[in-house]
Amino acid sequence: MEQTLKPHRIALLGIAAAAVLSFAAHAAEISGAGATFPYPIYAKWAAAYAEKTGIRMNYQSIGSGGGIAQINARTVDFGASDMPLKPEVLEKDGLTQFPPVVGGEVMVINLPGVQPGQMTLDGPTIANIYLGKITQWNDPAIAKLNPDLKLPSTAIAVVHRSDGSGTTFIFTNYLSKVSPDWKAQVGEGTSVQWPVGLGGKGNEGVSAIASRTGGGIGYVEYAYAQQNKLTYTKLINSEGAALEPSLDVFQAAAAHADWKAAPRFYLILTNQPGKDTWPIAGATFILMHQKQDNPERARAVLDFFAWAYKNGGEMAKSLSYVPMPPSAVAIFMDSWKQIVGPDGKPVWDGHGS
Amino acid sequence: MTVETAGVARIAVEKGRSGAVGDVVFRALTFLFALLVLLILGGVIVSLIIGAWPALRTFGFFSFVFTQVWNPVTQQFGALAPIYGTLVTSAIAMLIGIPVAFGIAVFITEICPIWLKRPLATMIELLAAIPSIIYGIWGLFVFAPFVQQYIQPAIISTLGQIPGIGLLFAGPPLGIGILTAGFILAIMVLPFISSIMRDVFETVPPMLKESAYGLGATRSEVVWRVVLPYTRVGVIGGIMLGLGRALGETMAVTFVIGNAHRISASILQPGTTISASLANEFTEAFGDLYRSSLIALGFILFIITFIVLAIAKIMLLRLQNQAGS
Repeated sequence: MEQTLKPHRIALLGIAAAAVLSFAAHAAEISGAGATFPYPIYAKWAAAYAEKTGIRMNYQSIGSGGGIAQINARTVDFGASDMPLKPEVLEKDGLTQFPPVVGGEVMVINLPGVQPGQMTLDGPTIANIYLGKITQWNDPAIAKLNPDLKLPSTAIAVVHRSDGSGTTFIFTNYLSKVSPDWKAQVGEGTSVQWPVGLGGKGNEGVSAIASRTGGGIGYVEYAYAQQNKLTYTKLINSEGAALEPSLDVFQAAAAHADWKAAPRFYLILTNQPGKDTWPIAGATFILMHQKQDNPERARAVLDFFAWAYKNGGEMAKSLSYVPMPPSAVAIFMDSWKQIVGPDGKPVWDGHGS
Repeated sequence: MTVETAGVARIAVEKGRSGAVGDVVFRALTFLFALLVLLILGGVIVSLIIGAWPALRTFGFFSFVFTQVWNPVTQQFGALAPIYGTLVTSAIAMLIGIPVAFGIAVFITEICPIWLKRPLATMIELLAAIPSIIYGIWGLFVFAPFVQQYIQPAIISTLGQIPGIGLLFAGPPLGIGILTAGFILAIMVLPFISSIMRDVFETVPPMLKESAYGLGATRSEVVWRVVLPYTRVGVIGGIMLGLGRALGETMAVTFVIGNAHRISASILQPGTTISASLANEFTEAFGDLYRSSLIALGFILFIITFIVLAIAKIMLLRLQNQAGS
């Protein structure tokens, strides 16, 4: 019988071997879920990383709320949220967080004859528009900021996100910082009770409504405004400088941030100091459990982000995200010591691939 | 009795027996399937109640239903704005959809030349095959700008100027809002209502219609006095099916209603519906109370749909009794 190893038997062996191999490949796969805002860059990193190491990263962009729920249920290796969790919440759920990239938000408008970057707005004016106190484009507050523009009496059509989103959180956090009225009446959150306006689903919904409705104004992520050639505005930052949105001014927001002083990296990059700092920026966060039952998988996740910090900067820029400055990366990687296996030893040894 | 005939008799009996066993199995199986539906329905109700319980306990059922506030920041939730939006958009859809669907059905069954009948009927049924997300995208990118430029300014300058009901049509033309959502819903329910109406109109015995024509009745008299009374049960059934679809429609409405948790007097202003709120907010609902309030919204939609269907059933029963007596 040994000498007659029939063809179909060989085929069977082959299938068995393939099954074992695919199982091994399956083990080399890490999974994450959460925020939609960083999805394009995570996907791009994952593709490049898989090509280099064979380890695949599967990320489901189901929303920050879903990401938090899934990491708490331990159905994924890491969660992702556009809104940093407060230190006490992290403490309670045994989680740790760190930010891989920073993004910026811009205001987009639709006024006939106004080109991208021609109009200038500041925080208090935007807050009053979104509070319904400024209702026409020729309002004195807007005219004062734009002495060279001919402003029509068109009604302002305020547009906001209808779905809960980290973009809304960063935007409302900024308004709360620059307008006491906004803070008292509305506050900040991934969704809030909007005093006025139309809701659009996702960046595409907001930009579709804002760019098609005469007199529209909305807030979208910079990458989105750029790809769709929307009419963005200049913004006046915390030190009174009027800036055009660009990767440089977002980078400045990330660079001026004092991550070391922020308790467990709870830091929102809106209205940060610095003459060249864009006022509405925010980091997106990765959530992981501090105590890992399976140190192998946790190490694989941290290897992935260590690789991304080191090699992913240009890819991030190509998608209009801002990579973290090296000084900040060192602080984040230092915090990974808190992620320990069942034996109480850190799962990541500091030598990423 | 010969041996042969006994054998035949035995075979007959055995056949009968095995048939009986098959019948029992078949009955049990179909009963099981029917039971499965009830179990799923019961399961949905129970899980909705469990999920909604924290919100209903915190706010109270009636104050939850009759409060307009929807503030995720302060964790204050009330369902009035979505309930209002759901009912009003469906009402607008029915107001537009029923007469048009009726007209289509009458045209196809009574007036249309034979060669046009099939293509027309097929095209209307194709409307039902378009996924609702397509209606939403079309509504947002094509229909809403059209409404903003042409329909709404016309409405505002005519109906909006009438004292009193002018309030219903006031405000700047935004393109998206309750009225636009109603329009889109009307288009979406049209094929459902009109194809059912067409089917039931075709069940009217030609003899009845011919007799009426023979007595000198006009076409409209035949439709109103013969066809409609004969088919009213089916017609109402079709309308209710359309209404059920309008109440629960999610994606298309989400795109064009403006998604604002507010009740405005004017139907040109943005609003929200229950299913649109769920679609928008469920993924990023932080906190148990928020999530539970959304589930409570779903529970209320369930109740509204149930009431609509119950009313439809009662109306149908009454009509049948009237027709019987």
